[in-house]
Amino acid sequence: MESDKKLIGRSELEKLFSQWQSQGTRILAPKKNNDTIDFALVTTLAEVSLDQVQTVQSAKTSVFPRVEELFSFTSRDGRVVIRERDRNALPATVLFGVRPCDAAAFAALKAIFTWDSPDDLFSARMEKMTVIAVSCARADAYCFCTSVGGGPGATAGSDMLLTETGPGEYLAEIVSEKGLMAVGETSGLRPCPANVNKEAHLAKLEPAFAREKVAPALARLFDDAAFWAEQSLRCLGCGACAYVCPTCACFDIQDEGGGSGQRLRCWDSCGFGLFTLHTSGHNPRPVQSQRWRQRLMHKFAYMPERQQVLGCVGCGRCSRACPVDMNILEHVRSITEAKP
Amino acid sequence: METLANIARELLAAGTVQTVIGYGHGSGEAALTRTHTQTQARAVFIRDVAKAGSLIFDASCQQNLAVYLMKPEVRRLGKAALVATPAALRTILQLAAENQVSDHDLLALAVNGQGEVALLATLAAIEAHVAALDNDLKPGEIAELQKYAALDLEQRRQFWEEQFSRCLKCYACRGACPLCYCSRCTVECNQPQWIPVPAHDLGNLEWNVMRAMHLAGRCVNCGDCSRACPVGIPLHLLNQKLISEVLDNFDSRSGMAAKADNAMSTFKPDDPEDFIR
Amino acid sequence: MSMAGIFKPYLMKIEHIIDETPDVKTMRLAFADEQEGRNFAFRTGQFGEYSVFGEGECTFCIASPPTRRGYIECTFRKMGRVTSSLAGLEPGETIGFRGPYGNIFPIHEWEKKNLLFIAGGIALPPMRSVIWNVLDLRDRYKDITIVYGARTVADLVYKRELTEWAGRADVKVITTVDPGGETEDWKGEIGFVPTVLDKAAPAIASRDTVAVVCGPPVMIKFTFPVLTKLGFKPEAIFTTLENRMKCGVGKCGRCNVGKYFVCKDGPVFTLAQLKDMPQEY
Repeated sequence: MESDKKLIGRSELEKLFSQWQSQGTRILAPKKNNDTIDFALVTTLAEVSLDQVQTVQSAKTSVFPRVEELFSFTSRDGRVVIRERDRNALPATVLFGVRPCDAAAFAALKAIFTWDSPDDLFSARMEKMTVIAVSCARADAYCFCTSVGGGPGATAGSDMLLTETGPGEYLAEIVSEKGLMAVGETSGLRPCPANVNKEAHLAKLEPAFAREKVAPALARLFDDAAFWAEQSLRCLGCGACAYVCPTCACFDIQDEGGGSGQRLRCWDSCGFGLFTLHTSGHNPRPVQSQRWRQRLMHKFAYMPERQQVLGCVGCGRCSRACPVDMNILEHVRSITEAKP
Repeated sequence: METLANIARELLAAGTVQTVIGYGHGSGEAALTRTHTQTQARAVFIRDVAKAGSLIFDASCQQNLAVYLMKPEVRRLGKAALVATPAALRTILQLAAENQVSDHDLLALAVNGQGEVALLATLAAIEAHVAALDNDLKPGEIAELQKYAALDLEQRRQFWEEQFSRCLKCYACRGACPLCYCSRCTVECNQPQWIPVPAHDLGNLEWNVMRAMHLAGRCVNCGDCSRACPVGIPLHLLNQKLISEVLDNFDSRSGMAAKADNAMSTFKPDDPEDFIR
Repeated sequence: MSMAGIFKPYLMKIEHIIDETPDVKTMRLAFADEQEGRNFAFRTGQFGEYSVFGEGECTFCIASPPTRRGYIECTFRKMGRVTSSLAGLEPGETIGFRGPYGNIFPIHEWEKKNLLFIAGGIALPPMRSVIWNVLDLRDRYKDITIVYGARTVADLVYKRELTEWAGRADVKVITTVDPGGETEDWKGEIGFVPTVLDKAAPAIASRDTVAVVCGPPVMIKFTFPVLTKLGFKPEAIFTTLENRMKCGVGKCGRCNVGKYFVCKDGPVFTLAQLKDMPQEY
């Protein structure tokens, strides 16, 4: 549909929150907890934190939780009964206050979960979710959305994008039918005058590297073991980067509960040493430098080639979360600048 | 940091060591979503005399670099000189006590807040240096511990349940911890499945308690687990509590000697056993 | 309730168990739901996820040929948590099966050609599926040669079938065990598979021949050069990769090698394709 531009004030937004509440829709939004700001269930706009550049974790948990039940089973006297979750019972969700980079990340998740063997559990969650993003007025040194095809005011992946144009005053771009549905019958939307300059309220972020150079550079550098060893020397091989990443979707499948239990899907990471270990003891990626290389190759070379989507939206979370300052922006830039 | 750079140059030029593990400038800029100021320094591995000038040491240099002594990729670089904070020095001694490093495997460049560097070439020299430092918990740490000690059992359970509910099981604590050096961690052993793999309440509780217990009598209180945790769980509290318990019960302190019996794996007939009820 | 989710397994009854070696078993599995069984079809080369409820899933090929309907077979070694509990089950018990997954051996393209099968140890099962498949369509293929080796005589799987194949006039079978793995009455070869293959080469046609190699990485690594020396083109050498897999449907990330997923684009690859992939398998 054609994007529809309106103006909305904070008090009308608050009314929308109560409207969603009364419809039984759960609202996920950035919320301060102790000293961290992360996505959590909220009921009012007052609980939502919008001052941060970014939350610690991504919003992928809304469609790809860190642990989720694939089905439950009972196994008694040789009789097994499998119970799948009712997809219709999954909660309708408004994901509010994500950044444009986070909204863009759902395209990468969709690519992974729906290619060839569509994962209906993921799709059902996605189907029931409305994404209302808020443009970025600020960026920090870790942000690089503009280097990977996004932007502080990009609408891709959002159903509605809000841009603060003045104190408590927002430009609302309704991008999809879902966005329209979320607004519903509310009367608080005013026509948007032609002189509203969205750009003036957005963070300025110069691209840091040429996107089209990354994949060819990776292909050139792939066999340069010394380059990867040097890049990854201080990497600890933990999963912090993957777990805060909005597009990382590697997972494990685990059974719990013995004769009456669940089969669960839970997050995993290609950075862990045992991720690819064969039962025989053979490991295709035995050293950390190969695992670090895999992470970058997957995001910047394999996914674009295979699924026509970059596996990185430039949110910078991995760099912020890394205990040893493995800065992905710096690494990708150095890859594009490496001498062939 | 001219002193540090000069010493590094000399050591490399003379071939005394093949690499200097130290701190260099990192990304900088505190990220606003973190519980703690993001470190602005990062580990560097200087192998070239010409690059020794990039070594820095200031208040932002907090990572316990001894973690790299156990990394195969770093070990392959040859003998190392390690720029060491007091916690890193204690780590080296603890690793020695656990037969993971031996004398003359490495040099320590002990640095203090005034930018003074002491070159410690043997474990004995490190021991002597550490003995002269104040290794007790800082007043602030003690006050924080006392605050939690004052909670009753139910309040403590609630406190940790809430903290662990945020745990992602990303294992950054394990990765950052120089004493978590097992090549196959308990959480990766599944015959039997000691610890549930998923990051649900039980899996998170068992994982964090298991890690703390595996560090009892070994942790040297460097604080890197808490600094590494992306969701800001105060893991150091668990470790500090166990440090004080081991000290009270066994009069034992880790990271003080290159040859030491581990309190938790050594039986002595006169051990007080009043904690077993 | 919509269609079943992609991770929901079929329920399978264990019909029959054969102890192949002290730690390798073959299980014949029948669909608990007869309708599902009638609708189920697969092609040789494909694999599945087998599960013990409460323990988890593990990945093996389907070791029976698609020409035999109404059941599937799997052969596995007792190694980890799931295979150990699987090995403890009895006929009549129920397990889960998801599949078929992955690509196939293009046996229709091999018609009118000679076939050379080379396998090592526990890697004979995927080969067994294709061997029975082509034997069930015997008149479409020319010479069929099977070279199979294991560490010791005790480690040879499908002993009864090896004897049956060796007894056929239209199949040539060479079995070998690693030096020191032989018994008093061992009549086969002694030596590693690549060496034995090299020795047997004069009797094996390489023109119009397709080679299929399944085995541990080290065996495959040393077998390829022997085949290349014998004049096999990379496009005529097939293997199955045994990367670790969890989901089977190209999502969990474990079997990703370059732009490929072994569970989707494999497990069957030609040497020509492998040469085009990173060495991460």
